Amino acid sequence: MAEAAPPVRRPFALAALVGALLLLALLPVLNGLPEAHALHVSDFIVSIVGKWICYAILALAIDIAWGYAGILSLGHGAFFALGGYAMGMHLMRRIGDRGVYGHPVLPDFMVFLGYPELPWYWLGFDNFGFAMAMALLVPGALGGVVGWLAFRSRITGVYFSIITQAMTYALMLAFFRNDMGFGGNNGFTDFKDLLGVPLNTATARAGLFYAALVSLALCLLICAYVVKSKLGRVLVAVRDAESRVRFLGYNVTSYKLFVFVLSAMISGLAGALYVPLVGIINPGEFSPGNSIEAVIWVAVGGRGTLGGALLGAFSVNGVKTWLTSFAPDIWPFVLGGLFVAVTLFLPKGLVGLLRKRGS
Amino acid sequence: MMRLVFALFLLLAAGLPARAQDAFTAALPGIGTSFNATAAAVDALGVAGDPRALPLLQALSENRLLRRADGTLLVQTPDGARDIPGGAAADPAGAETVRLNNRVRVALRVALGRLQIIADDPEVRLAAVQGVLRSRSAADLPILETALARESVPRIRAQIELALAASRLAADNADVKRAAIAALAANGSDTARSILLESRGANPALSDEITAAVAAIDRLLALRRAGETLFQGLSLGSVLLLAALGLAVTFGVMGVINMAHGEFVMLGAYTTFLVQQACRDIPWLLPWSLPLSVPAAFLVAAAVGAIMERGLIRHLYGRPLETLLMTFGVGMMIQQAVRIVFGAQNREVLSPPWMQGTLELPLGIMVTQNRLWIIVFGIAVLLLVMAAIRYTRFGLEMRAVVQNRRIAATMGIRTGRVDALTFAFGSGIAGMAGVALSQIDNVSPNLGTGYIVDSFMVVVFGGVGSLAGTLVGAFSLGIVNKVLEPYAGAVLAKVAVLVGIMLFIQRRPKGLFALKGRAADQ
Amino acid sequence: MSGNSLYLDGVSVVFDGFRALNNLSLIVEPGEMRAVIGPNGAGKTTMMDVITGKTRPTAGTVRFGDHDLTRMDEASIANLGIGRKFQKPTVFDALTVFENLELALKAPRGTLAALHWRLGTEAREKIGETLSEIGLTARAQDLAGILSHGQRQWLEIGMLLMQDPQLLLVDEPVAGMTDQETEHTAALLRRIAGTRSVVVVEHDLEFVRALGRKVTVLHEGTVLSEGPIDQVQADPRVIEVYLGR
Repeated sequence: MAEAAPPVRRPFALAALVGALLLLALLPVLNGLPEAHALHVSDFIVSIVGKWICYAILALAIDIAWGYAGILSLGHGAFFALGGYAMGMHLMRRIGDRGVYGHPVLPDFMVFLGYPELPWYWLGFDNFGFAMAMALLVPGALGGVVGWLAFRSRITGVYFSIITQAMTYALMLAFFRNDMGFGGNNGFTDFKDLLGVPLNTATARAGLFYAALVSLALCLLICAYVVKSKLGRVLVAVRDAESRVRFLGYNVTSYKLFVFVLSAMISGLAGALYVPLVGIINPGEFSPGNSIEAVIWVAVGGRGTLGGALLGAFSVNGVKTWLTSFAPDIWPFVLGGLFVAVTLFLPKGLVGLLRKRGS
Repeated sequence: MMRLVFALFLLLAAGLPARAQDAFTAALPGIGTSFNATAAAVDALGVAGDPRALPLLQALSENRLLRRADGTLLVQTPDGARDIPGGAAADPAGAETVRLNNRVRVALRVALGRLQIIADDPEVRLAAVQGVLRSRSAADLPILETALARESVPRIRAQIELALAASRLAADNADVKRAAIAALAANGSDTARSILLESRGANPALSDEITAAVAAIDRLLALRRAGETLFQGLSLGSVLLLAALGLAVTFGVMGVINMAHGEFVMLGAYTTFLVQQACRDIPWLLPWSLPLSVPAAFLVAAAVGAIMERGLIRHLYGRPLETLLMTFGVGMMIQQAVRIVFGAQNREVLSPPWMQGTLELPLGIMVTQNRLWIIVFGIAVLLLVMAAIRYTRFGLEMRAVVQNRRIAATMGIRTGRVDALTFAFGSGIAGMAGVALSQIDNVSPNLGTGYIVDSFMVVVFGGVGSLAGTLVGAFSLGIVNKVLEPYAGAVLAKVAVLVGIMLFIQRRPKGLFALKGRAADQ
Repeated sequence: MSGNSLYLDGVSVVFDGFRALNNLSLIVEPGEMRAVIGPNGAGKTTMMDVITGKTRPTAGTVRFGDHDLTRMDEASIANLGIGRKFQKPTVFDALTVFENLELALKAPRGTLAALHWRLGTEAREKIGETLSEIGLTARAQDLAGILSHGQRQWLEIGMLLMQDPQLLLVDEPVAGMTDQETEHTAALLRRIAGTRSVVVVEHDLEFVRALGRKVTVLHEGTVLSEGPIDQVQADPRVIEVYLGR
């Protein structure tokens, strides 16, 4: 008697995941303890872990596209940066007349560059809801256009990777220009407050931390729903034998487009959460190196598993923070070595290693 | 003192035109009486063309000319005052500085210009001609004619001819004017064009001729601009070609996507730097350090490439995405290693003398020598690569392995060795590109990063696996970039080209020179 | 008889000057089973590619009932009810046997439909039936990647059954199979054929004989001979092509 496959449950992995998220949720609480307390956690730890959570969201986004659908984008940093810029625009508008030049409407750099008035594409960003929507929609729209053009003409594999790398490279060049109206190479910084809470306070840090953590949990649920659905199985099929899926009658283009746009939007969300945490956004975020570094988080953790993406983002960035604190010159060798080691010896990443141990 | 007197005596003995002498002494008393009289005297001195007038007028313009109550003049020099025209030491007590107003200053500028036109220093002469050109009038004609007769430097002659034509245009005679218009049209420079346009108002009778001449110049200028844009495009294209050629071999022929390609280019540039350092102590060798760097850079990059292929890449054949990531990591390590060894700052690679300077092509197109050499070098490397693939045993084995690895192996070709050599070959070409780039870009550890995206675009646009496609792709991208630049600016032109390529591969996913048919399917 | 007939008329495909198909014409009636044979390079696979939308013909008409197949993409053609089994079995290795069949199951193919798709009792039963038909019931939860070559062939045939096509294109189904497997496959195909049109491309003349239906011989991209197997085997032109001149 044929019965439907009971999905392979890994209760241990799931428990570990939930436990880790709950542990993370404790960090701001411990930060509130008096400094002398044995369990006190410094401001630095809270904000750096907050940053890693944003990276983990980005890693999830890359994983659903690459790990499941086989779409390796080397331009996800662009979606992340666009989300960041949308949030940055909101934060700039929130500065109001507290800027150096004290202009009631124009951000400092626009006063400096002699803008007569706010460019049209800045309108609406004073509204938080609008800015958040843009942080999702702009990356989604860019992902939609690039994906549609590429998938429609069946640009796959490394070709797609190169195109997306060119995309983020082109955006980086464009955002470096002063007359784009996004602050040129300085980008945006000196933010004051968000939703009425002054940044750089314990409240804001904790708030942003929890916002990132809740977003991570939400994105994890969304991605899990997608990859466990039949759509997720179609994507895996596309990854392994794209043309065969076509002959089964599936419109591969729209499936790939769906996951790519979703992935771009999640990346945008990650960027929007990231900018208030670090207090700056500039065109360097578009640099192709950033995107490819994010890809390696996923590869190290184990692509094709959502937990692997998270594990990779946290572990690689953890090592990076630790190592660059005392031997910054060594880090590029370690990162480069990770690329080599993972591709040659650990194609399934840390998760693959753990599973092998487990079984 | 005696020397000056003697020199003056010699000049007199050489028989200066009596008229000039008279004009010089005749003009002196006017100076310092009133502004108008001073200006008139300055004009007269300028027209006279007497060499003695030059120091005098210079002194006047620098407020070093004094006048006694009796009308005689003195010049303040660092070692005391001197009499004019005698040159004897004099007591400046009681003498007043000759004052200037704007009218006098204008007259001085013109007069000095006229006198400097026959000075000994060619740079002074050139500056003077350009001054006369700005103030052109029919009165300058005799001076310009004299100057032209004496002038031997072609560059200055051309300017004098231009000034002559401009001044003739201000003359009274219609035939002289017509000749001047024709001369200006033939000159074809921006200056000639604006002189003609300016003169149109004053010469309604000649307006047809002038309009025709301006149109002729416009055609010439458009041609020149097109020529210059073309050259810049070819120059950029040759850089892209050099950067992409190695990739056309490793990616196009082998299908290996090497993100460390830019680092091989960078290694080539650093090899050039090292060869230059080695040649530094051998003066006769120094100008040839660049040609020597070409084989050195090839070997260094090829060696690193061969090690990388045998040690790493061959384990990932058939897994392009993994290869991409792995080679990116290797590139990162190479870059960091170079940064630690050589430091992060730019290293200077000098151009040999035979690559410096500019060259004037027909139509007045100016090209820099080093850019020209890079174009030649790029095409030479392409021909070399084509010849190597077409005519050598290695090229034959390489093509055989690409077309059918198993059959090639059964024919006794050691496919592993061919893979390593092919990859080393492509890497070596990247190294040679580094030699060229060291001439026009900063030699720094991240030199290669800027070229990797562009190179891939060239290969994809031209058609993977086609060297002709790489050639056409590189040059057309270079030219399109330079054509767009004046309208969109350098960055937006680049962005536009990238977007254009993305749209282009919509129509032709396989690039310009696509392989068609069943062979291309998989 | 319900269903559409497949109609190819004057179809040519040119790659770089090489004519893979040369003025090929062929009609397959609804419910007919047709064997297509021919030497290497005769254009058999290209013909399949043209029918399924993988390759666009340079000239000619390809129709399925009222539908002009030259204007449709692979997915739309598949959704018309044209299924294809590749020469090299292509199943999804990272999915289980059950999931492979689930993806092939006739159901809405839209993206959002797939996102919200729930496996109903009816679908479950249908998959169960097919599993037993192809003899893979015991392996339903195994990844397709660990199946043997023959089992992969059957899984792919099972996937075709799930698609419930009107027209089945089968490319060399018994290549690399043992005699026993070949026999099993022939039986399977005959059973499937029932109400559907089937085009089988095969090298193996014994297998074609076992099918016992009308045969079309392709040579150099065009139809050389057509008819019952015995008649075709007696055709001097066919003998010349197969045995050399």
